[in-house]
Amino acid sequence: MASGSVLTARRWSVVMAPLVVMSVTLSLICLQFGTQWIGLSQIIDILGQVLREETVESEHIGTIGVILIQVRLPRVLLGFLVGACLASVGVVLQALLRNPLADPYVLGVSSGAALSVALAILLGVGTTVVAFSVLPLFGFAGGMLSLVVVYRMAVSYGRLPIHALLLAGVILNAIFSAMIMFVTSIMEPNRSVGTMTWLMGTLTAPSYPAFAVLACYLLGGLFLLLRQARRLNVLTLGEESARSLGIDTEHVKRVVYVLSALITGAVVSVSGMIGFVGMVIPHAVRFLLGADHRLLLPASACIGGMYLVSADTLARTLLTPTEIPVGIVTALAGGPFFIYLLVWRKDRFA
Amino acid sequence: MSLFPENAHSMIDKAPGLDAVASRRAYQVRALRFHYHPLSRGDVNWVLVGLTFEVEAGEILGIVGPNGSGKTSLLKLLAKVLRPHAGAMALFGRDLGTMPQIEVARTVAFVPQESPQVFPFTVMETVLMGRYPHHHGAKWSAGFGWESAEDVLIAEQAMQSTDLTHLAGRSVMDLSGGERQRCMIARALAQAPQVLLLDEPTAFLDLQHQIEICAIVRRLKEERGLTVVLVSHDLNLASQYCDRILMLKAGTLFRLGPPHEVIGVDVLRAVYGCDVLIDRHPESGVPRVTMPSYISTMNVRDRL
Repeated sequence: MASGSVLTARRWSVVMAPLVVMSVTLSLICLQFGTQWIGLSQIIDILGQVLREETVESEHIGTIGVILIQVRLPRVLLGFLVGACLASVGVVLQALLRNPLADPYVLGVSSGAALSVALAILLGVGTTVVAFSVLPLFGFAGGMLSLVVVYRMAVSYGRLPIHALLLAGVILNAIFSAMIMFVTSIMEPNRSVGTMTWLMGTLTAPSYPAFAVLACYLLGGLFLLLRQARRLNVLTLGEESARSLGIDTEHVKRVVYVLSALITGAVVSVSGMIGFVGMVIPHAVRFLLGADHRLLLPASACIGGMYLVSADTLARTLLTPTEIPVGIVTALAGGPFFIYLLVWRKDRFA
Repeated sequence: MSLFPENAHSMIDKAPGLDAVASRRAYQVRALRFHYHPLSRGDVNWVLVGLTFEVEAGEILGIVGPNGSGKTSLLKLLAKVLRPHAGAMALFGRDLGTMPQIEVARTVAFVPQESPQVFPFTVMETVLMGRYPHHHGAKWSAGFGWESAEDVLIAEQAMQSTDLTHLAGRSVMDLSGGERQRCMIARALAQAPQVLLLDEPTAFLDLQHQIEICAIVRRLKEERGLTVVLVSHDLNLASQYCDRILMLKAGTLFRLGPPHEVIGVDVLRAVYGCDVLIDRHPESGVPRVTMPSYISTMNVRDRL
């Protein structure tokens, strides 16, 4: 039936509610894994106790409680937030560039942000709460710069040919990687090891105040992106069509590009280069739920969050007691998917 | 609300320098000049040079002319997708230059030549995008809100008019060229416009789909009183389906009038620089253009 495919508030809630429930459930399940196994009932007990007594002191909740509250929970929360942001930025970049292969990692936005953050670390911006709110700004500057450069390199006569876009991203990535390696090589040895681990894409448990700053920043960005969802739908018809439908295309583009660079910058500053989440997730969600950005954006955020939390759980349990950087896991999963799209589905977007 | 609301005649906000009998005119265009990029220092490559003409309400006007004569640019100027560098344009008596884009979008619908879509939007979703200029509610929520039942009804009517109802749930990416063009016309109709601007609506379509699109356009004019301005390369199609034809030559208006006044051997020789045969259409009697059976090599060599 014709109206069956119309997105209504009802259909939106029917899809989003289970996704939120699934996100919470999956996060609880992933909290169990680690060097020390913590059962689900124990997790719920400890969480309940913390919420009731508003204390996280070890004499009340025990060693296991401390592991859960100080180490695992912040890491899972951070992973969810980072995954949600990367997937959302992927969605909006794809819509603006009208290209389903766009992704902050592939386009060099992540590496631009990483270079800028690495420079900040080299210059001695520490890892305090203050740094948590300053480093994202460095990331934003670098991300914005590479977004502008990639766009300028690839655009010809108002069009963005896919190959030009990918090539511009590849070149920018190569240049930035070289510069990042240079910056890391002249750091003090112990700082350089930390930087390398961070660059490979690692989630480390942040302190709660730092996490709160980051969360406000990112959730604010996601909310502002969501407000553009209907305009993004119309923009996929092409800029001229969108303008003829009464949309101020330049304004929407500016808002969305700046928000994307801000979010990517912040994400990179805490978790390094986690690739392909922004490409794999929107693809899967479009396939399952359709292309309407009002649903695609929040659903991709939930599924992106779940994806990264699961990937990180794998990364920290697969080779216990060693950890694999989660960026390696997502690249190994996402890279082949990218190749599949490029080789077998290119008729869809060439 | 009906698909074609009583038009905007009453919302008077007269354009300066344009006469007041405007209400019968969909467009009044005066001394329109336009260029894309300045070439080197001060040199300007004018695409349109001082066009003056009018589009009557309820007519089908065909814009024809050689490649690069400014047809598509003119259409985009009428849609306010591009801005002119000089001249005045009025839409039903209102100055187009000062009209907010969203109000233009409630009156004028524009269908570009190609509408590639790389995301799996359904036909229904695409047609509903045409309701964007009519969204209600606060400005801050304009980028999110839901379509109303009325929006869905209007979209369904638009799909009926273009014979797309059976494809409503299909992804736009899976449509054939003709179906996709119809989908874009349906999206334009969902805007509930008074003016429909079509850029090469039959390009890349086979014979059957060309006839189909032309029949739809003709029917929309008759049933809804739509004013249609279409750009076409196909002189026979323009001659057959348009009430009047505007012939452009290098950015200037060469001839404007009913097909039998515009499509003539002399005009085509002056504009296209080649000789063709012209006879009458066996049914309608409008001029019909045919390529000569042999190309006179002497003529071609002379011109080279």
